[in-house]
Amino acid sequence: MRIRDNKDTQAFAELFDHFAPRVKGFLMKSGADASLAEECAQDVMAALWNKAHQFDPTRASVATWIFTIARNRKIDILRRQRRPEPEDLGWGPEEEPDQADILSLQQETEALGAALAQLPDAQRELIEKAYFGDLTHSEIAKETGLPLGTIKSRIRLALDRLRHTMK
Amino acid sequence: MSNEIKYHLNDAILMAYAAGSLPEAFNLMVASHLSLCDTCRAQAESFDALGGEVLEAMADDAAVALRPDSLEATLALIAGGPVDAAETNETACSVLPKPLRDYVGGDLDTIRWKPVGMGVKQAILPTSKEASARLLFIPAGTAMPDHGHHGTEMTMVLKGAFQDEDDYFARGDVEIADSDMHHTPVADIHEDCICLAVADAPLQFDRLIPKIAQRFLRI
Repeated sequence: MRIRDNKDTQAFAELFDHFAPRVKGFLMKSGADASLAEECAQDVMAALWNKAHQFDPTRASVATWIFTIARNRKIDILRRQRRPEPEDLGWGPEEEPDQADILSLQQETEALGAALAQLPDAQRELIEKAYFGDLTHSEIAKETGLPLGTIKSRIRLALDRLRHTMK
Repeated sequence: MSNEIKYHLNDAILMAYAAGSLPEAFNLMVASHLSLCDTCRAQAESFDALGGEVLEAMADDAAVALRPDSLEATLALIAGGPVDAAETNETACSVLPKPLRDYVGGDLDTIRWKPVGMGVKQAILPTSKEASARLLFIPAGTAMPDHGHHGTEMTMVLKGAFQDEDDYFARGDVEIADSDMHHTPVADIHEDCICLAVADAPLQFDRLIPKIAQRFLRI
């Protein structure tokens, strides 16, 4: 948020320390060599800064947002494809986002992370494999065993608000 | 935006879309459906959130340290890099959702249809080879050839409607057909039907003539 609103370099450095090594690890697990992964991780973090005005904290956590940028870079660089994105609803609300909405989304995200940590090892590993790109859609289990319904309702509310302001 | 969509994408497809492991043609199908369906969009973004948590939970030994000068290099990249161009917000009242307009190069009037017989027309969209994407124009009341599948086929209605033995599909509805399914979709009698169809293996036709035609249709 400090990056989004104040272009705060210190806040960016903290995010960089936490996420850049994860993004690099993610890209290497997906098949990039170390130097390509390094370059892409820098790209992803730079995009995070440049697109900060599009970040909507009522719809996604910072980790979610970084993941989506990293995933799109992965498709772009490793598979040399573009990734079709849904019609834009205008990420980033025009007025100040409601603190209560940000907080609820944050809590739901943390709950999802906790649920992921509590899954039996085999099941969690399957989800990790899916996200590191080793599984096709027909190999992905129909059931994740995770309570996705609650975070989905939060995101759905945020989408409804956006649709409302677009009218 | 319509709230009347009855047939949605399934979780396996939405999770693979979030993970980035779908073939390009399937990504195009998902992005087009999400443009019309907030229920699936919210579910897809929940799977994005799960991806964020997988990234967050990555064990320390899987994270890879960056070069010591990496932060400086990134800040330099930011300082020299272009700021995002403002995204144009086009009107959303067209028949084709935005991701499809990007592939077609415009709306319905720019599609380069090729006739394939019985009044049916198709336009193949340029995607990677692991799967194919095409737009289909089916005149009102016309049946598509009966066919089965090897892989996964998804068909979404953009205009008009079609029905098969069991169900009725209207704008935004997706029919997902797997290898054990044989069906004969028929376009609704009231209006010509336009669909987006994607498949990750060639369709199998049951009759001889479509089989020959298959070579020319590249279905």
